[in-house]
This record gives sequence, C-alpha cells and structure tokens, in this order.
Amino acid sequence: MTHLLAVDIGWGWTLAIKTVVVLGLIPLGALILGYTFLLKMMSHMQSRLGPMDPGGFHGWFQLVGDGMKFLQKEDIMPEQADRRVFALAPAVVVISTFLIFVVIPTGPRLVVKDLDVGVFYALAVSSLSIIGVLMAGWASANKFALLGALRAAAQLIAYELPLLLAVVGVVVQAGTMNLNGIVTAQQNGAIFGWDGLGNPYILTQFVGFALFLVAAQAELTQTPFDMPVAESELVSGYMVEYTGFRFLFFFIGEFGTAFAFAALAATLVLGGWALPGVHGGTADLLGPLVLFVKLMAVAFLIFWVRFTYPRLREDQLQAMAWKYLIPIALANILVTGLFKVWL
Amino acid sequence: MSTTDRPVATRPSAVVPEIEVDPGAFRHLADAQMNVELDTGDMVLNLGPQHPATHGTLRLVVRLDGERVLAADPVIGYMHRGYEKLTEYRPYPQIITLINRIDWLSSFANEVPFVHAAERLMGIEAPPRAVYIRTILTELSRIATFILFLGEMGLQVGAMTPAFFGFRDREHVLNVIEGATGGRFHPNFNRVGGLKDDLPWGWIAECRRTMDIVFKSCDDFEDLLMGNEIFEARTRSIGIIPADVGTSYGVSGSNIRASGVDWDLRRDGDAYLAYRDVDFKVWTHPDGDSYARYWVRLQETRESARMVLQLLDAIPAGPIMAKVPRVIKVPEGECWVETENPLGQMGYYLVSKGSTGPFRTKIRSASFSNVSILPWLLQGVYIPDIITILASLYFILGDIDR
Repeated sequence: MTHLLAVDIGWGWTLAIKTVVVLGLIPLGALILGYTFLLKMMSHMQSRLGPMDPGGFHGWFQLVGDGMKFLQKEDIMPEQADRRVFALAPAVVVISTFLIFVVIPTGPRLVVKDLDVGVFYALAVSSLSIIGVLMAGWASANKFALLGALRAAAQLIAYELPLLLAVVGVVVQAGTMNLNGIVTAQQNGAIFGWDGLGNPYILTQFVGFALFLVAAQAELTQTPFDMPVAESELVSGYMVEYTGFRFLFFFIGEFGTAFAFAALAATLVLGGWALPGVHGGTADLLGPLVLFVKLMAVAFLIFWVRFTYPRLREDQLQAMAWKYLIPIALANILVTGLFKVWL
Repeated sequence: MSTTDRPVATRPSAVVPEIEVDPGAFRHLADAQMNVELDTGDMVLNLGPQHPATHGTLRLVVRLDGERVLAADPVIGYMHRGYEKLTEYRPYPQIITLINRIDWLSSFANEVPFVHAAERLMGIEAPPRAVYIRTILTELSRIATFILFLGEMGLQVGAMTPAFFGFRDREHVLNVIEGATGGRFHPNFNRVGGLKDDLPWGWIAECRRTMDIVFKSCDDFEDLLMGNEIFEARTRSIGIIPADVGTSYGVSGSNIRASGVDWDLRRDGDAYLAYRDVDFKVWTHPDGDSYARYWVRLQETRESARMVLQLLDAIPAGPIMAKVPRVIKVPEGECWVETENPLGQMGYYLVSKGSTGPFRTKIRSASFSNVSILPWLLQGVYIPDIITILASLYFILGDIDR
C-alpha cells in the first residue's frame, strides 16, 4: 500500500513545512486553550459577564481585543533592569515550549523528529523554561519578581522528580521511550485479550497519569501551585515588570506549554493519535484531529482544577512533593515492573 | 590618575563619600565568618500602598529573611481625608453624607451611630417604624459586606472563583438596599429624627426573596472553601489572635469573637436600634485563627439574614420621622455612641456647643484598632500568610485612615 506521505519532496521542503507547522501550531494552540478555557470556560464557571460580551455572539471578539491591546502597549523596561537578560528571558521561555513540540507525534509519520528518547527529551527541554523565569526575575530588578523567580526554581526542583517518575511507569510498560513507539504499543495492546480498543495506558497507569497531572500543574505554575505567579501575593511574580509584547510571550509560553503537556499526557496514556481500527495513511490524516480531541480533554482537567482550588503555600508544596508524590511514584514504578516481569 | 581633567560628578545623589579602608583591618572578621553559616542579608519589602491584597492603600514595610517575616510595620494615612475636622464645618444633614464614606462597604451602618448621637443630645427618638427600617438596612449592609468578604478571602488564598460569586451575590443585596434608599453604596438615608422615606411598595417581599439567595450563597461558600483541604491548610492555625492579646490591642467585632470573646454590642452594649426585640445568637469560635474568623463571619451572615426575616415580620406601622425643627440645632453637651458595625466597634464622640454643626467629633473606627495588631501578629509568618491574615482581619482603608 502506498503511503500517503511517501512522496519524496526533498529534505529542504520537508524542513520548511515542518518549521512552518511548528511555528504556527504553538501560538495557535496557546490561543485555542486561552480562548476555550481561560475566556469561555472560566466565564461560565465564575459567572463573568465581561468576556462574554465583546463582538456579540458569546464574546467571540474578546481574544482578538486582548491581542490588539497587547500589541499597542508601550514596551517598558525598568531603569535598573539588566537590559539584555530582561529582553532575552521571554524568548527563552517560549523556545523551551517550542522544543517540546519537536517530538510529539500527530500521526504514524507526522512527527518533526522521531527521537528514540522522545519522552526523556520532552521532559528535559520543558524544564528549560525555568531558566527564562529565573532570568526574568533577576533582571527585572524588582523584589516581587525575584521572590517569584526563586519560588519557581524551588518548585521546579520539587516537581521535576515526580513528573519524570510518573512517566517511568508508562515507559516500562511500553518498553520504549519513543513516543510513537508508546502510541503503537497502546494501539496494538489488548485488555485481557480483547483488542477492540487497544490498551490505553490510562487503565493500567492511572496512578501515573494522576501524578503526571499534579506535577504538570506545578510545572505550568497553575493554581493550586501558582506560587511563582501568585497574583494576590507577589502581583504576578516574575512577570510583574513585563508589558506588551514581552508579556504576550510569557502568556504564549504558559498556554503553549499547557498545550504541549496536555498533548504529552494524551500521547502517553490516552493513545495519542491512534483511533481503534484506523491504520496507515488514514491515521496520518485523522491523527492530528484525534490527538487534538484527546488533548483538549486533558486540558479541560488541568484548567478545571486551576479555576477551582485555592493556592498552596510554598513549603506545603514541597512537603506534598517529597512526602507523598515521590513515594507514590516509586511504588507505581515498582508495581509496574513486577507486573511487567511476571505477567 | 589626575583629578583636574575630569569633571566632578554633579548629581548630588551620585556623590559617594570615599572611605579609606585598610584591607587587612577586617581580616579577622572574614576568618570568623568562614566557620559560621553563610551570612544572608534581610530584605525589606514594601507591600503596598499599591498592592492588590491591601484593599486600597495600606502599606506594610516587611523585613524578610527569605520568605519569613522578621518584622512588619503598617504605615497608614495614604487615604486620610480628615473627616473629623470636616465635620466641624458642616451642619448635621451634610455630615451624614460625609461619614457614609468612612467604611464604604457598609455605609448605612456608619450613619446610624452618628445620627444616634445627635438624637440623644437633642432628646428625641425616632419612631418605631424608622428604628425597625434602620435595623433592617444595617443588617443588610452587614450581609453585603460579609458576602464580599466570604468571596474575597477565597481570592486572597488563590481561588479566583469565589470572589466572583461574592460580587455576584452581593449585588442582590445591594439591589434591595438601592430599592429602599436609592443608593447602592452610599444611601444617605438617615435623618436626625428618622428616615428620608418610607419603604416602597413590594419591598418587603423582595427583601424576603433576597434572603433566600443569601442563605444559598452562604451554603455555596461553605461548600467551596470551608471543606477544602487546601483552604484549611492555608488558614488553620495561621494568624492566631489570643483573646487577651486581641482585647489589649482593641480588636473588636467578628475578629475578637473568633478568638472566643463573647462580646457583641448589639446584645451587650447600650440598647440601640431594635436589637432588643430580635432573637439572635452571638457566634464565637475558640481558635482565633484565620479559619475561625472566616467561620464566624459565615455564621454571622446567616444570623443577620435570620434577623432581617424576623424584623420584616415584626415591622410596625406608623410615621418614619419624629417632630424635629426645620433647622437642626443640637443643644450643648457631649455624648458617646458605639455600635456593632460589620467591621467591629464603631463609635462617635460628639461635642456640641449648640450650633447647627458639631464642635468636635471623634470617630472610633474598628479597622484602625484591628490593623494595629499587625506588627505583633505578622512576626514569623511567611509572605503568603501575610495576605491570608490581612484578608481574614478584613479592614477597609477608609475605616483606618478616616
């Protein structure tokens, strides 16, 4: 069977297409999440009237208005700021977001780079954003920003470990760190011998999935772990001195990373682009859509928690990570390993 | 380097005094510090006057070691509007408009003690119907204030949703107040000797319906926040005010009742308004922490709603204005009237020399005393706890600075 994407158009064109897709995808993903959840879902949950008004039907114009507002804001840089670092920080945050998308597969062949250590790579580059956050906090020459950045750094150390350990269960079960391999393993798996649905790992790795969501919430600095931003305490923390387009960069970084983590979670435990009974070229066509639906389901969970819970304190977060999440994650790995060896 | 060919720094702030330092002189200190813990300096952080958690313009100068507070010093006065002085140049009817703005969330409750003081000096009493309507409106303004608190406390511990619910549900109560008085925030409805108007037709039924919304709103907040583990972790045993310390600082109102002091001026003070005719419970909590303050205010909101329902049933018919002269002149004398306002004990000391306005007014506002405990209370807590404690003390900047 000829593959749909088997036509060779040369590496140059391939690279160009991939670049355009990735560059377009991330801001678009951030906007979709921002529109669907931040504006619409939140407005419904909180009885907000403002975001439901502009443009007539359901406030569809609100996001455009917000974007236009950011573009026309004055670009202010504090007098005491470390100018180059200050200007570079938002870019570092956004670049780390872009790098995650390199390995997320949207179809059997629709992936920018099919790395063998895909999971490892994705989690590694996602933590690069913390460097941008620290740079922003330090270069702003603002005490609130500095406190926010230090909180972010402490939070990263506490939460990188559960995040990695939560994924190890999936990796052990699939026997590969290649994200496409993990999807294929789920597609070809069977639930007690019945292979109608494949075997989405959410059934066996539910604990790992829950841990991943909790840790991702901390990684994304969303409520209940939004201490680095903490609007009521630190007045937006490390972002406090940023205006206009630079602030928009942080915004895109935040929601783009949420998009990436939702896609990652959907790939790891919900079967990614795979749809039961769809193979080959059709899977390449339908893959992005299937993945999008699944990642929106995961993103809904992330934002639902964000709009519901109060914020923990930094020391309570550390206690939670080290006392509960890491031991549970280790136990999960142990149990998964035992099942893998003996079953 | 020669000093003749270079201009001397002209900006005064740029001149740094040169101090000759012998590099060897402090070597023994450096050696000593090698053996001890790394020396970290304290950081002074200005929380406010432009900080979202300070409800306005309170400034807290906080000395920090990491995130731990070593010392906190509230700086007040950014919103001082000089009401005590302004009252000396105005006749009584105009002052009622003015003192509305002291505690702007519960304006009606502000008017009552002042009007009472004037009436007591003049030796007149408002007719019973006016007294009942005053009581109802005071309790309604208490409900409006507390519903906002119940939501805003959620916002300060990081949950955004309750804040919007608070604003949404308060709007119903404000609509009822507006229905009777014509003003959402600043009713200016009291007159010396009674009220401006009688209640409009259908208002009592509307008020009853709104009380159902209030009860439901209280249940919502209880579900949303009080059962939440994170909320409990953030508020339980945070900012504990022991009863003796609280009373010695002059903390009053729900804050001191949350420390287990069973003291409510509506029941224990001089008889005022119609509180002697109403059956109500004074809620206390033994813990004295932020959680207790939230709990007490939640119960008091429900209790106020129950009181409003009782008062609506018992409201008498009759005039709403006593016989007062056209130009109000208060005879010579002094008097002190204190009431239980939503934020705590509110008092007016009125001195009259027999003219159309007071000779001197002293305003005892609750928030001023409530905030004065902050330096004691904030020692050793973390930055997030500052916000929780500030929110749970619930002050209004206009009430502090006057």
